[in-house]
Amino acid sequence: MLKSFRIGGIHPPENKLSRKAAITPMPLPEVVVIPLSQHIGAPAQAVVAKGDVVKTGQLIAQSGGFVSANIHSSVSGTVTSLDPVADAGGVRRPAITIRVEGDEWVDTIDRTPNLIKECNLTPQEIIAKIAAAGIVGMGGATFPTQVKLSVPPGKKAEYLIINGVECEPYLTADHRVMLERGEELLVGVQILAKALGVKQAFIGIENNKPDAIKHLTELCANTVGVEVVPLKVKYPQGGEKQLIDAVIGRQVPSGGLPIDVGAVVQNVGTSLAVYEAVQKNKPLIERVVTVTGKSLKKPSNLLVRVGTPINALIAYCGGLPDAARKVINGGPMMGRAVANLDASVTKGTSGILMLDEKEALRPVPGNCIKCAKCVSVCPMALEPYLLSNKSKRGMFADLEPLKITDCIECGSCSYTCPAALPLLDYIRQGKAEVMKIIRSRKS
Amino acid sequence: MSDVLLFTILTMCILGVLAAVILYFVAQKFKVFEDPRIDTVESMLPGANCGGCGFPGCRGMADALVKNDDISALYCPVGGASTMNGIAAFLGKAVAEKEPQVAVVRCNGSCDKRPRTNQFDGAPSCAVIASLYGGETACNYGCLGKGDCVAACNFGAIHINPETGLPEVDEEKCTACGACVKACPKMIIELRKKGIKNRRIYVACSNKDKGGIARKACVAACIGCGKCVKTCQFGAITLENNLAYIDASKCKLCRKCAAECPTGAIVEVNFPPRPPKKEGDAAKPAATKMAVVAPSASKPASAEPKTKTATTTPETKPAAAPTSAEKPTVAPETKPQATTAQPTATEQPVSAPEAKATPSEATSTSSEQTLF
Repeated sequence: MLKSFRIGGIHPPENKLSRKAAITPMPLPEVVVIPLSQHIGAPAQAVVAKGDVVKTGQLIAQSGGFVSANIHSSVSGTVTSLDPVADAGGVRRPAITIRVEGDEWVDTIDRTPNLIKECNLTPQEIIAKIAAAGIVGMGGATFPTQVKLSVPPGKKAEYLIINGVECEPYLTADHRVMLERGEELLVGVQILAKALGVKQAFIGIENNKPDAIKHLTELCANTVGVEVVPLKVKYPQGGEKQLIDAVIGRQVPSGGLPIDVGAVVQNVGTSLAVYEAVQKNKPLIERVVTVTGKSLKKPSNLLVRVGTPINALIAYCGGLPDAARKVINGGPMMGRAVANLDASVTKGTSGILMLDEKEALRPVPGNCIKCAKCVSVCPMALEPYLLSNKSKRGMFADLEPLKITDCIECGSCSYTCPAALPLLDYIRQGKAEVMKIIRSRKS
Repeated sequence: MSDVLLFTILTMCILGVLAAVILYFVAQKFKVFEDPRIDTVESMLPGANCGGCGFPGCRGMADALVKNDDISALYCPVGGASTMNGIAAFLGKAVAEKEPQVAVVRCNGSCDKRPRTNQFDGAPSCAVIASLYGGETACNYGCLGKGDCVAACNFGAIHINPETGLPEVDEEKCTACGACVKACPKMIIELRKKGIKNRRIYVACSNKDKGGIARKACVAACIGCGKCVKTCQFGAITLENNLAYIDASKCKLCRKCAAECPTGAIVEVNFPPRPPKKEGDAAKPAATKMAVVAPSASKPASAEPKTKTATTTPETKPAAAPTSAEKPTVAPETKPQATTAQPTATEQPVSAPEAKATPSEATSTSSEQTLF
């Protein structure tokens, strides 16, 4: 029997339309807008001025704190503006706008396709290189990778788990990376294992990607300490805590971090970025993005420079279909609807999904019938109906003992609700309020 | 048999008397003294338990009024000066004089002035929208129109006008308790001095963006041009973060700023209509009146060229049609607030031609979580 997480979970239709589409590099846009806050934590501080000429891979914004990340120019050209630009949610945030002129890369970046397996750096040097390259978790959470790799004193990492689950319906970016960049990926995994000082790494892959499992298992055969773990197809198998439970059978305690059970989880995209940063000196300036949708002409997996407008991606894949009613940044379960198509692809954009009317439609909510389906599917063993209700009524103080901060916002509750209640909308708001209460208590 | 009955009844009686005596002495011994004036003061308070005074309810306020020697910091906005004076006379303490206040909504971005760029179909709550994204329009600061303020009001003094999509305050009912001020995630509701004859002038905009961006998002936005600041002879207007603010304590209600404002962001309430002046002046005034709180006031003097966008008549939809064309993301503009609490569907006949393509509730564009 395949391994899986133990509590809750759902199985939405997979719809992996672009699974066969090879990764294609996307042509450079005319203008890129690179937001200064593409990661969780403090925004980066711009180190270029208007009118500066920058090269591809040049540092343009310095990490703004411990939990923050460097940002590099993804193109070569002239900085035309440092004014705030509307993000995908329509909120104006600080960003650097660069007019693209040619594609001249920084000299130190190795752009040859040669595979470099040897890595003689110490763990500290590896982490420093990763921090300099501005790598963040590319599964969508965008947590700065160097922070995750810096194991706090008193804790010990035992296992490195690589997340190749891609449990979100529609998305295939990680799948293609595993198929096409497997060798580089494995070197990245070994580098990460070395940085953490762990002996054993696992690559968790959902069983709906047999080709990726086969390919990586073959590659792992002559690699020591890396093992592929096929996992049951169940959402949210790729949630960090769920994956740890599935692969090594340990449950992260409430309010704890994966390192509390000796695990560190990294995405396959992140591992590839780590390989490129450490072995090729290439900062995180491009990523694979799945552009998909049932009515889209050409569902694709594109290698896109950070800062490319979402519009350009859609146009490259055959234009916005007439039937599209909602564009989503990310997957259909956890992604966010895009209110502004001029917004750019960031380090955390794993997919651009166009839903047509039937899929985009949210049914009119009914009344809670206390069927407890949300409770049985919640992978964090919470009571979504109760959290949502209390949050709706503004009873935020009650939510903390109900462990609302454990919610991973996977959306299983809203998906499964027969009354179509917007459970997660309220839970997420309640969670934000509870976090505020906790923060104010600490300070 | 009767002996048993008699014995039982007697025992019960004796027990009852005994318990009563014990309880009497215990009650005397552990009596909690409570100032009887608290009850009286509580009965003098309005009993709305709205929390406008800062206490959870009227009892808490009454307690504080009786116990504190200096009650100048305490004020019941619902009861107002008459209640406070009555209580002050009863308690023999001095209360602060406060001018009556009323809630004003500092946003004038009605549907026709502030085109919708997308449509939110998630939980109908302003707080949820505010925590997710910028809102259904390009203005990041304006009213979200889902009625969190309406839900917060204990007095039924605020409601969403289905025509404009904006909340309107009923001056008669508003007690200035401040519940709506706290409920609004965009902080656009402010308590302002009610003013002489209820006349007020304020900037009905909260947009802190630069002029161009603000104007693009909403034709009634304050663009921070500073004309009003220069016009004001009393130094009542300040300009900060591209947004003008009129200090009610300095404002002399001369109405010059409202006439000067190029976007009509400064609104004047409860003033008599301006007398028509020479043509030069006539370009600006009069129509600003429409932005007023009273629902009856939505009849602008239609002919003013400068304020043509201010019309709320459903026939003219200058702004709505182009939006859906230039923003292909977004589903056809059918019914902007399909999910609001108000079920009144007045916009149906008005909406742009694309409305036919989809039933009005069927489209959805912007919410973070999608189900299918």
